Amino acid sequence: MPTWSIMTASRNSLAALRIVVRALIGLTLTLLALLIVTFGLAKLSPIDPALARVGDHASRSTYLQMRHELGLDASWPVQLLRYVQQLAHGDLGISLSTGQPVEQDLRRVLPATAELATLAMSVGAAVGLALALLAARYAGRASDLLIRFIALLGNSIPVFWLGLVALFVFYARLHWVGGPGRLDDAYEYTIDMPSGFVIVDAWRSGIPGALSSALSHLVLPVLILAGYAIGNVTRLTRTALLNEMHQEYVMLARAKGAGELRVLLHHVLPNAAGLILTVLALTYANLLQGAVLVETVFARPGLGRYLTTALFAGDAPAILGATLLIGLCFVIVNGVTDLLVRLADPRVQ
Amino acid sequence: MSADSAARRFGVAVLIAWLLLGVMAPWLAPYNPLLQRIADRLQPASALHWLGTDGLGRDVLSRLIYGARPTLGLVVLVGALMVPIGLTLGILAGYCGGWIDRVLSGTTNIVMAFPQLVLALAFVGLLGPGLVHAAFALVLTGWPAYARLARVETQQLRRSDYIAAAQMLGIVGPRLLFGHVLPACIPAMRVRLALDMAGIILAAAALGFLGLAERPPTPEWGSMVADGGKVVFDQWWLATAPGAAILLVSLAFNCLADAPREQADGV
Repeated sequence: MPTWSIMTASRNSLAALRIVVRALIGLTLTLLALLIVTFGLAKLSPIDPALARVGDHASRSTYLQMRHELGLDASWPVQLLRYVQQLAHGDLGISLSTGQPVEQDLRRVLPATAELATLAMSVGAAVGLALALLAARYAGRASDLLIRFIALLGNSIPVFWLGLVALFVFYARLHWVGGPGRLDDAYEYTIDMPSGFVIVDAWRSGIPGALSSALSHLVLPVLILAGYAIGNVTRLTRTALLNEMHQEYVMLARAKGAGELRVLLHHVLPNAAGLILTVLALTYANLLQGAVLVETVFARPGLGRYLTTALFAGDAPAILGATLLIGLCFVIVNGVTDLLVRLADPRVQ
Repeated sequence: MSADSAARRFGVAVLIAWLLLGVMAPWLAPYNPLLQRIADRLQPASALHWLGTDGLGRDVLSRLIYGARPTLGLVVLVGALMVPIGLTLGILAGYCGGWIDRVLSGTTNIVMAFPQLVLALAFVGLLGPGLVHAAFALVLTGWPAYARLARVETQQLRRSDYIAAAQMLGIVGPRLLFGHVLPACIPAMRVRLALDMAGIILAAAALGFLGLAERPPTPEWGSMVADGGKVVFDQWWLATAPGAAILLVSLAFNCLADAPREQADGV
């Protein structure tokens, strides 16, 4: 008996190791493919990085020297190799508009976006899961229809438009919340931002009113981004729950006299957990993309606004850097979730 | 009439209306959408201008009608490229199996993990503004879903009597794949396509909103929202009408995607 259990245990850990290694290989290949796409994009772009650096009035020799310094006179495969090497050292080039290394810029703006997306995700996950459970419990009835409609709406509304409408109603007309920006003007230039998380920094500053100002500016963007998350989470979780409810174990639980709520919470929910985890991760990764638009509408400094500013300025290094960072977060969130689900559920492959 | 069939009818009705608006814009629009009358700028709704006028005195209703065109074109272009690419690769992977399947499925999984909206932004930012550049990005990130569906469908079909019978009749090669396997893959694609279209509408509108879709005078819903957004605190209706149009079309696609899926659930 003991030898048997040791054997299965080692076999299990071996299988787990194999899953982890395979996931890591997949992650690396995905990132490499993303790099190749962004590299190809930079090469196809009509923006000439050397010309952008030296300006229109530079002499031909200065221009050629800059091309040489940037390594643009090498062959494409050599350039790609250098690009990957530079990225491995965290070197994303110099932003044309800020004059700073893109890597430093991104470090500065990432916390704000992470804060916004995480808060929105928390609200979205809590409300979305609750609505999905309600809809699954009362499937086919009026409350289910209403919830499905809300979820559809959350998935169909353009967030930038909803942002404008919300600003008009709740800021301009009702004065319930703060307007664009992350703080009232009085605080914007008096508070240091060492961490980049506006709630943390406003709280630490100890200035009276700073924290409530930060919160009143956060409410609308968080809720609007959460609206998208609620739509996604509710819709996909409801389907996952309903698919489970047609399984035989549910019939058995009911036959043994378990109440509907008990069946849903104790039997169906744990079995759908892997799928729900995947849905949450996918939604979170998409919120990072949605933040691009919400930050632009609400004029909140963050990764998304950094990207759109770079787009308007034709700032190629900044566009590529921001795209890669969002892509990296996206790929990692999805990859790690996939790995967790596989490790937790022996039925998956 | 059940809620699902109501949703489906709503979806079909909105999409037909949208198609008609786009195609017949020159006959339906009461004014030239580019005609500026600065003296009549920022007027509220009236009998002359049903939805008022914008910051340059252009008729908003006419711009709304013409604005159906760019997005319509984008949706058709993306659909016409994305679905055939995905179908072909998926059917090949499912039918051939072996290393072809492994390479194609690997590629599919990799591309599926790309962030769609951000890549579309990067494409447009680096290659220049225009919905065509955005279409490349949307096709690049969109085809894997179809490849995956077609692969699963083909794998199931490969072992079926139906295909065996076709092979016995001497039907092989491309004619077997595209005449007999492909039609069986279509139903699974429809739901996914409707779902994707809703996302494409929102992505196109987002690009327009950021000023990266069409060059300025051309009417486009997303850029109309952006224009209206500048004066939203005083003339709120300017951003409302195009925003509602985007919402309606995207909701229509989502309704079409949702209704048949619920049917399959048996609810």
